[in-house]
Amino acid sequence: MIWNEKIECASREDMEAIQSERLCETVKRIYHNVPAYRKKMQEVGLTAYDIHGISDLHKLPFTIKTDLRDNYPYGLFTVPMSEIVRLHASSGTTGKPIVVGYTRKDIQMWAEVVSRSLTMAGVHRNDIVQIAYGYGLFTGGLGLHYGTENLGASVIPISGGNTHKQIQLMEDFGSSVLCCTPSYALNIAEVMREMKVDMKKLKLRVGVFGAEPWSEAMRKDIETKLGIKAIDIYGLSEIVGPGVSCECEHQCGMHINEDHFLPEIINPETLEPMAPGEIGELVFTTITKEGIPLIRYRTRDLTRLIYDKCACGRTLVRMEKCKGRSDDMLIIRGVNVFPSQVESVLLSISEVEPHYLIIVDREGTLDKMSLMVEVQEQFFSDEIKKLEDLRMKIARRLDSVLGISVNVKLVEPKTIERTAGKAKRVIDNRKI
Amino acid sequence: MLIKQLSIFLENKSGRLNEVSQILGSNGINMSAFSVADTSEFGILRLIVSDPELACKVLRENQFSVSLTDVVCLNCPNEPGALAKTLEILSDNKVSIAYLYAYSMGDSANVVLKPDQMEQCIKVLQANKVDLVKASELYKI
Repeated sequence: MIWNEKIECASREDMEAIQSERLCETVKRIYHNVPAYRKKMQEVGLTAYDIHGISDLHKLPFTIKTDLRDNYPYGLFTVPMSEIVRLHASSGTTGKPIVVGYTRKDIQMWAEVVSRSLTMAGVHRNDIVQIAYGYGLFTGGLGLHYGTENLGASVIPISGGNTHKQIQLMEDFGSSVLCCTPSYALNIAEVMREMKVDMKKLKLRVGVFGAEPWSEAMRKDIETKLGIKAIDIYGLSEIVGPGVSCECEHQCGMHINEDHFLPEIINPETLEPMAPGEIGELVFTTITKEGIPLIRYRTRDLTRLIYDKCACGRTLVRMEKCKGRSDDMLIIRGVNVFPSQVESVLLSISEVEPHYLIIVDREGTLDKMSLMVEVQEQFFSDEIKKLEDLRMKIARRLDSVLGISVNVKLVEPKTIERTAGKAKRVIDNRKI
Repeated sequence: MLIKQLSIFLENKSGRLNEVSQILGSNGINMSAFSVADTSEFGILRLIVSDPELACKVLRENQFSVSLTDVVCLNCPNEPGALAKTLEILSDNKVSIAYLYAYSMGDSANVVLKPDQMEQCIKVLQANKVDLVKASELYKI
């Protein structure tokens, strides 16, 4: 089934006409309503009337994560706060989060693209959908929630964690769809095995997994262990949240809801657009969003676009699974972590020098982050209790800024490798 | 009365203690007492040496985190109940002990301790005629 056949199967010409019209409207709105955008456009000699369609897209200046931080919290909003009905936030590159605001229409648009995505995954109104993404500031939980309700399926808004209860409700309520991070899906599968759950009694059929990178090998593993079809869903809070793109049942790339989110691939070094099919950095322009439209937002995700018609009948352009990042962001248990955030935490603690090393491991199915911090002369205490207190203090601050627990290890001075060039701050031992 | 104790931060990995003793040995520094406090991840080596300032300098040159901490050392008879008597004096006077380590030498024993309030500790020990070891004597042992 296709949720919105007219759009999802539109010809390239029709789609480009829709995109061009919406792009021009969006550019006019941001030019007139957001001083920061107007200034950026004027700096490159552009006015709102120089953009006539998507062929002019490359003329527009890029937006990067720092722009959101510099205009924190509401500087890039295009509408007054009275029009905003919801706020979400995700981690920024330093201590401050980035904030996105949704108008009532944005929430409806988001529900629409998530309904399309779920339909692509094979979910229908008779399904019982267990949403085990976190609810709250993170877009995962509420994004899937509204899309599922809009589709007409039944939502179990259980949120993340409490794996035993997840499994119990899955058995008792007959959940047929599970939405969570792929690593949490594997975790659930493992606990099921420990609990000797009779898989035949489960109704589970489809998993809609995202918010972190995962490989084809991991997909096979999940599909075998849970006996389901595992579908990849993509999104980022800045653009809307989950539902920017999603795989169909053919699992051959994620269909981008390109009538709302206009994609481009650029060379992250030269910033020049790349030829179709080449791997580069994914850039999105939101062309219907009212709360906080973003122009040529650099996602830092590396992928390629596929314009061929899909076996499912949809013509929406597909993006391949992301092949990495063009920055140093880590995704740990679905949470975005930047080394610069860790650095800002260490700088806020007077006893510590910001010599550190982040180590990420996958133990079983869960990601574990450790942080090695050098014990400097000036904060070395002769008493174990004081060193333990310091360790706990660093861990607590990191938890409050990053939103994940970190195992802090104190190490001897000068043991963290110094390199001539850029310091090596991260060792990622996960095999994704 | 104050003894300069050397405290060294050590990660729990093999060979580190050996390295410390080699550095001290090659610089002609003798150890009179030491103890190791450890947690699952790291340890603190506490040392009384013949020349604390020099030891501190050479260890720092070798990239160790070192600090000098003031401790006191008392001498008590090596017999049952002797330590208890001293500890009672401290607890009666509300002096807490962060840590201590001790070694016996025939008839008597030396007890190195780090109290929470140094001045008060020395005052009550002296008032109760507890034998405190002078730094110059301890460094020579």
